[in-house]
Amino acid sequence: MRLHIKNARVVEPASGKDASGDVFVVDGRISREGGKADRVIDAKGLVVAPGFIDLSARLREPGHEYKATLESEMDAAVAGGVTSLACPPDTEPPLDEPGLVDMLRRRAKALSRARVYPIGALTVKLAGEALTEMGQLTDAGCIAFSQANAPLADTQVLWRALQYAATFGYPVWLRAEDAGLAKGGVAHDGEIATRLGLPGIPPFAETIALATILELVRATRARVHICRLSTAGAVELMRRAKEERLPVTCDVAVHHAHLCELDLGYFDPQCRLEPPLRGQRDRDALARALADGVVDCLCSDHTPVDEDGKHLPFAQAEPGATGLELLLPLTLKWGQAQKLPLAATLARITSEPARVLGVASGTLAAGAPADLVIFDPAASFTVAAENLRSQGKNTPFLGYELAGRVRCTIVEGKVVYES
Amino acid sequence: MQRNPQLNEKGELQHLLSTEGLPREILLQILDTAESFAGVTEREVKKVPLLRGKSVFNLFFEPSTRTRTTFEIAAKRLSADVINLNITVSSATKGESLLDTVANLSAMQADIFIVRHESSGAPFLIARHVKPHEHVINAGDGRHAHPTQGLLDLFTIRHYKKDFSRLTVAIVGDILHSRVARSLIHGLTTLGAPEVRVIGPQTLLPAGVEALGVRVFHDMRAGLADCDVVVMLRLQSERMRGALLPSAQEYFKHYGLTADKLALAKRDAIVMHPGPMNRGVEIDSSVADGPHSVILPQVTFGIAVRMAVMSIVAGN
Repeated sequence: MRLHIKNARVVEPASGKDASGDVFVVDGRISREGGKADRVIDAKGLVVAPGFIDLSARLREPGHEYKATLESEMDAAVAGGVTSLACPPDTEPPLDEPGLVDMLRRRAKALSRARVYPIGALTVKLAGEALTEMGQLTDAGCIAFSQANAPLADTQVLWRALQYAATFGYPVWLRAEDAGLAKGGVAHDGEIATRLGLPGIPPFAETIALATILELVRATRARVHICRLSTAGAVELMRRAKEERLPVTCDVAVHHAHLCELDLGYFDPQCRLEPPLRGQRDRDALARALADGVVDCLCSDHTPVDEDGKHLPFAQAEPGATGLELLLPLTLKWGQAQKLPLAATLARITSEPARVLGVASGTLAAGAPADLVIFDPAASFTVAAENLRSQGKNTPFLGYELAGRVRCTIVEGKVVYES
Repeated sequence: MQRNPQLNEKGELQHLLSTEGLPREILLQILDTAESFAGVTEREVKKVPLLRGKSVFNLFFEPSTRTRTTFEIAAKRLSADVINLNITVSSATKGESLLDTVANLSAMQADIFIVRHESSGAPFLIARHVKPHEHVINAGDGRHAHPTQGLLDLFTIRHYKKDFSRLTVAIVGDILHSRVARSLIHGLTTLGAPEVRVIGPQTLLPAGVEALGVRVFHDMRAGLADCDVVVMLRLQSERMRGALLPSAQEYFKHYGLTADKLALAKRDAIVMHPGPMNRGVEIDSSVADGPHSVILPQVTFGIAVRMAVMSIVAGN
């Protein structure tokens, strides 16, 4: 199968190249030249870039099929231009056994849409006590180990987990949140939570936990990816950790690059997120740190929640927002606000997450897997429940006017989505 | 930000969910209307026909005696039919969702829902889902708001002090968990009280409380100096379990209102308490029962204020 994408604006985030040209695909890989193509796609006025790589997308299988199914969410992924995604282990049961991981990968593969990279549970049942069989889980396809949003209260368990993972080179992905300080909290401990009478999570719940993790990385040299930074303080800790050349990377969820505590309005349950939306200064610090590279990646932190889960008082509402289909427009919006070139903007959802995952995609280099997205950066649309493919319609961006629509998604040289 | 969900498109009070964001005119309208009802409660026949034929549902997801009773009395004095639902022992325990409960009651032709819920914001959720002719009155949601209590506190202050423009008001105790404090603070700042103080230990003051327009004191003696109004808050015994306070005795030592401390306030200062009181924990009996105390009149005024709120929302 040979594809020829012509008349495109070709953007290669890894090199910063942004020029008009052609892209050729031969046998599932990007090629320098095409010969006679089986299909020619005219991408006049459109951007061709590496497919997006999302470091956190919940597919809700196994266990939460009433919220979403693998089919619905894999549809949402490719409709959003996401060609690879990492899924956290907080399924039901959690991804703590090789059989579950194997089943998930088979089911995902059978759907032949985006590539799915499962993240295994770091501890059995995510209970924060016993280590999982990381070796066997790695053999089954896990690319890293994580507690997702489950607390790991015992620092000794965290230390042992990092020592063990470091021994074999398994990456560990962690949310930085002190379990005791976050206990019972549902919103940023600040002016808005005080007004609304919501139990708060102080910003130092994040910085204290992050300082602990970084200290353990110094001790163990484990490769750690910090998930979903939310505070300006954490950004500064990451900046210093990187100057020190610790083996750490980090990401921010795309809603945290745009929203802050003020968006809670009158208890909007769509803004019930983990970590909580923080202050304006935190939001601005995250957006800038993404631009200057202290934060490596943006992710959707896609979390489909059904209506019943959101039709509850704020504190009881299930946390999370759907995001796979909004990753591109929200990333573009962030990049514009930061006055970044398109290639640098897209790096946060292509080449950078590829580096964190250690995969060969996320680039247009010849020989790389032909995971591609063709999109119209100027096409605007209004976010509405009825035009989201994800089963989760839960997003604080409902009603927003955003720009950036995916026209075609290609995984391993095969067109998996067209509009 | 979205329109204040308490107001209809004409800017009138559709629901009473919080004193925050209510314009001064509406607060005064409620207080003035309550003034006109204060006479009714002293008459031989304590009824006016304003809500005849209307159904008021008392929807209490959290136990309460005083607030529920005063709402019931207020509704009956307006000639409404009152239905009391103690949800803690009915649907909620059978797993029915909050909105399903409300939809079912709505199908029984409700006009006003009086809602108390342990979760901040629950009445906002209900208000977003009721029919246009139905009204929601917040009778206390989590730590967020207790607007009729705030209004009856304002009514009491105005009754004794006439106007707000020169007052120094101190609110003492567990501000962190207090919906009463929040509702009173918003009301006082809207009505132009020049100095509102909150007094308590750091563990009982919420983050960024200054942004509500208050001055923070940790030393009760300093905070009480020259106050016109002292509002004592109830201290729940569970605060001792959450590492917020060491003991009730130690709390009383620092923040209990005694005659000795009250002497630092103005000579004609009034002492208020939303009830129920813990004598010897936040307030000494000699003060609670003393000449400065207006704690029992507060309860009486509460009926007139709740009559005012119900008649105003039902008329809009």
